Amino acid sequence: MLENYWVLILIPLFGFAINGIFGRRFSRQVIAWLSCSTVGLSFLICLLTFWEFIQLPVDKRTISRSLFTWIQSGNLVSEFSFLLDPLSMVMILVVTGVGFLIHVYSVEYMAGEEGYYRYFSYLNLFIFMMSVLVLADNYLLMFVGWEGVGLCSYLLIGYYFEKRSAGDAAKKAFIVNRIGDVGFIIGIFLIFRQFESLEYLTVFRTVSDQFPEPTAGFGVLGAITLLLFIGATGKSAQIPLYVWLPDAMEGPTPVSALIHAATMVTAGVYMIARSAPLYTRAPETLFIVAAVGISTALLAALIAMAQRDIKKVLAYSTISQLGYMFLAVGVGAFSAGIFHLMTHAFFKALLFLGSGSVILALHHEQDLMKMGGLRKYLRVTFYTMWIATLAIAGVPLFSGFFSKEEILWKAYSSPLGNGAFWFVGVLVAGLTAFYMFRLIFLVFYGAERFEEAHHESTPHSPTEPSSLIKVPFMILAFFSIVAGFVGLPEYLGTNRLEGFLAPSFRYMPEPASVEEHGHFSESHLALIAILVTFFGIAAAYQLYIRDRQITERLAARFSLLYQLIWRKFFVDEMYDWMLVRSIRGFSRKILWKSIDVNVIDGLVNGTASLMQTWSHALKRMQSGYARVYATWILGGAILIFLYYYLTSF
Amino acid sequence: MLETEVLLTALLLILAAGASMVAFVPSRKIHLLRGTALFFTTLTFLCSLLLVSHFDSEIDTMQFVQDISWFDVGGLHVRYHVGIDGISLFLVILTTFLVPVAVLASWSIEEKVKSYMFFMLLLEVGMIGVFISLDLILFYVFWEVMLVPMYFLIGVWGGERRIYAAVKFFIYTMAGSLLMLAAIISLYFFNEAQNFDLVEITQKLSSGEIVLSPLAERLLFLAFFLAFAVKVPLFPFHTWLPDAHVEAPTAGSVLLAGILLKMGIYGLLRFCLPMFPAVSVQLAPAISLLAIIGIIYGALVAMVQPDIKKLVAYSSISHLGFVVLGIFAFNFQSIEGATYQMLNHGVSTGALFLLVGMIYDRRHTHLIEDFGGLAHVMPCYAAFFMVIALSSIGLPGLNGFVGEFLILQGTFLENAGRAAFAASGIVLSAVYMLWMYQRVFMGTLQNEKNLALPDLNWREILILVPIVILALWMGLYSSTFLRKMDTSVQKVVDRIEHVREPQIYRVEYSGH
Repeated sequence: MLENYWVLILIPLFGFAINGIFGRRFSRQVIAWLSCSTVGLSFLICLLTFWEFIQLPVDKRTISRSLFTWIQSGNLVSEFSFLLDPLSMVMILVVTGVGFLIHVYSVEYMAGEEGYYRYFSYLNLFIFMMSVLVLADNYLLMFVGWEGVGLCSYLLIGYYFEKRSAGDAAKKAFIVNRIGDVGFIIGIFLIFRQFESLEYLTVFRTVSDQFPEPTAGFGVLGAITLLLFIGATGKSAQIPLYVWLPDAMEGPTPVSALIHAATMVTAGVYMIARSAPLYTRAPETLFIVAAVGISTALLAALIAMAQRDIKKVLAYSTISQLGYMFLAVGVGAFSAGIFHLMTHAFFKALLFLGSGSVILALHHEQDLMKMGGLRKYLRVTFYTMWIATLAIAGVPLFSGFFSKEEILWKAYSSPLGNGAFWFVGVLVAGLTAFYMFRLIFLVFYGAERFEEAHHESTPHSPTEPSSLIKVPFMILAFFSIVAGFVGLPEYLGTNRLEGFLAPSFRYMPEPASVEEHGHFSESHLALIAILVTFFGIAAAYQLYIRDRQITERLAARFSLLYQLIWRKFFVDEMYDWMLVRSIRGFSRKILWKSIDVNVIDGLVNGTASLMQTWSHALKRMQSGYARVYATWILGGAILIFLYYYLTSF
Repeated sequence: MLETEVLLTALLLILAAGASMVAFVPSRKIHLLRGTALFFTTLTFLCSLLLVSHFDSEIDTMQFVQDISWFDVGGLHVRYHVGIDGISLFLVILTTFLVPVAVLASWSIEEKVKSYMFFMLLLEVGMIGVFISLDLILFYVFWEVMLVPMYFLIGVWGGERRIYAAVKFFIYTMAGSLLMLAAIISLYFFNEAQNFDLVEITQKLSSGEIVLSPLAERLLFLAFFLAFAVKVPLFPFHTWLPDAHVEAPTAGSVLLAGILLKMGIYGLLRFCLPMFPAVSVQLAPAISLLAIIGIIYGALVAMVQPDIKKLVAYSSISHLGFVVLGIFAFNFQSIEGATYQMLNHGVSTGALFLLVGMIYDRRHTHLIEDFGGLAHVMPCYAAFFMVIALSSIGLPGLNGFVGEFLILQGTFLENAGRAAFAASGIVLSAVYMLWMYQRVFMGTLQNEKNLALPDLNWREILILVPIVILALWMGLYSSTFLRKMDTSVQKVVDRIEHVREPQIYRVEYSGH
């Protein structure tokens, strides 16, 4: 399989084409089978490839395959070629694996929807594009996947296109992402100018020749890495471009699980990890990455605390968790970032699928305040969401614990880290525990508030979907528990993932002599984080189970703060006012109506009417009367005579 | 090899034969007229493919050359000199491809079909003629010949303000081309051989056999440049375009955007750069500035248009700004990208106008507010529109991206700031296109007149499928096209490079 692993990329494309072109005539079963089996087959190939891959000696684990030349112009070449190395191996396993589970889940979740074929063909296209993004061996091909997944995201957010809000959200997602993409593409221009190649390995080899040590000051590498990072803030929803992701929840819930939680939004983290040889040589940019990451983590966690829409809570949670990943790569802990990316893919996908079951059971109700007491009805959802919540909150031994602790430790101990990163990181961990348990408590415990909301439409109690849909739950729950054991901290064992990924992070600069950093040991810091986490859980318990009154009193007491958080710090309104409205108004009133119509075209039409006026004046010369012409001739003759007479002197 | 020399002339002759056939068919036999036009334009397309297969991409001179004396009067040696190189090859193919498509899209024309089809064939003669002429007078003749049928297509079969638009189009272009005529005549006086041969004059200008004073060089450049800038159209010479597009019938818009605008760019590449490289280099910053203004301005104005056709028209201004920017970056990638982007724009904007025409045939309006929720009743149409819109906004994997990327990458190597400003057009194009798409296709069906709109028929699908295939092909496997352009592009780049370094010295020393 190792020779031809690239076929795993093409199979979903086949599914997309067949379903997309002929899908309208197919029955739902055919569509579902075709779509799921293509991704399933891809995943299978991926597993086989992985099996052969890990048997290779470590230094042989970089396999390129070139299919054809995509663009060649002068010395600029971009091949359609793929690179399989430990980093892309991990990513493609996550993409096809989680992708397959969510395809299976969708078969039933989307059963009642119009345009079933459309949904599945887009989903297949997404898997294809994501595979291209992950496996590309040069920056330009990565950009193909990068914009391609953006397109799929656009199409799927706008899936319920008759809803105005869905159309708006889809457009917003695409445009905000494009803003980031401009940064990315200019970064690519600069990479080509600097290294005369776009292929990762050539670029990395050149950079390690040109810059054996990290550069001092903000140079060309600083510019390249910062530009690429702008791209990452778009795709991975970081400050200042995070605003599209909460709106993206307009899409079907499985899409939120796959694209807007597990895979696509992590592309920015992957891109930075992939470009590690560049980033490690630009410490200034890395500091910005870490600072943006931790700020986003904090901001999004704060907003998540007060949201009432179950999917919005999860969306802000995703933004927050992505912030953690950027913190990790920002302090140079690339494998820690990828580790959290992987565990997050499992537990966040599970949380979204769980929320999907809840939403479906309550007939598309998403308001947390209209849920409650559901643990009796949705047993599987209840247990699996508990597991996922324990994982994301970072309760010891669950997967999220290990990956988050790894990040927090690196944020503190790495030469690029500091105590402040660690402190805010721990604070966010507490907030995460709080808002996630708030969600669990509001959905599954307490009084059944959905009856009041839907008393006319729900004669029977909420039910869970059939067994097929439960399989993805079980599998994701299993990995949400155990996935963390591939990256044990030093005080418990070995970090196998870090070892596995190491070959992808070659071409690093010579490490400067690291002075002993920090005074605390990893286990002590972990203990503090665990305590903060439990404090967050306890606070949620106190507020949402023990005494619901406190919540309201607190909200009333700190109403200004509460409003600020509830209204998401008014960032959307600010962007709308500052950018959208002003540019639109400027274009309509000034550029179009004034400059184009009045000034430029006014000049054109003015010239024309000036000519017309003159012609009208001149045409009187041709009156048709012989006497008038005779007068003109006489006048002309006199003028000529005068001219020669006067010039003869 | 003998038969390939006549290929270019054969194309013109087939079309002329077609035009005279059309002239003999009785005007009430509408189907026969349409069929005849479709047959001859398709035949032309098939013949033109022979050009591709016989084209030798290693040769850096003109190919398929035919050089016959046309008339010798006094000292005037005017020749019928035709030939193509890697730059004009695909422009000819684009023309022969788009015309049958445009004919096929003209089934909704019911009135005066005979003269309509006659003008279409005549228009194609003019368009191909412009791309293959290597004699300045011949070039000028074709350049003007092309105006006439287009004037009538807009003025007779156009919308409500068709007369205004047709006259504006004609006079605007005419004003530019008169300057060009003056320049052609003065070049004749500089040329001792007393002919109008483009290849010879370019050769003599570069070898120094013809010496122009700096002022003369500059004036000649500007005369040609203005003629082409109007045609492109470069900001601020663009205001004829929205009017002409809105009023023109579908086929007119397709060919106007697809081919006619390219003639301006082609002129820049064929005349301005090779003949006056020094002035080109001097004025490049100013021209690039206009191009960048055009990119951003066109996109912003497109965003707020209430009319889909006008939106596409303004988007053309933005797209062609990229092309001009690429040409005046004088870099291999940027010029090759610009040449490629001409084709891409022809395909995707041509297709956009076709699509707008299809909905216009059904509803007789192209105002955005008259639509909404069309995806419910016309899913197939919505899907095609999406693909073409994405190709227009340069989604990687489709054709538009390759050209745009090469242009910007090349421009970046020349001047990073220009490329960075121009890149903002990437965002704006997504804004206007997706916003329009949302208002036309998404949401609920508001307008009762749209409730029973039929989806695309077989003829319309037949028009669109080849275009989509082409968009994918050009986006995924650009080598088919780029490899044939390399040598000719290199020649243009060399010509600029040749004057560039010495130019600095000359300017420095002439100052003392």
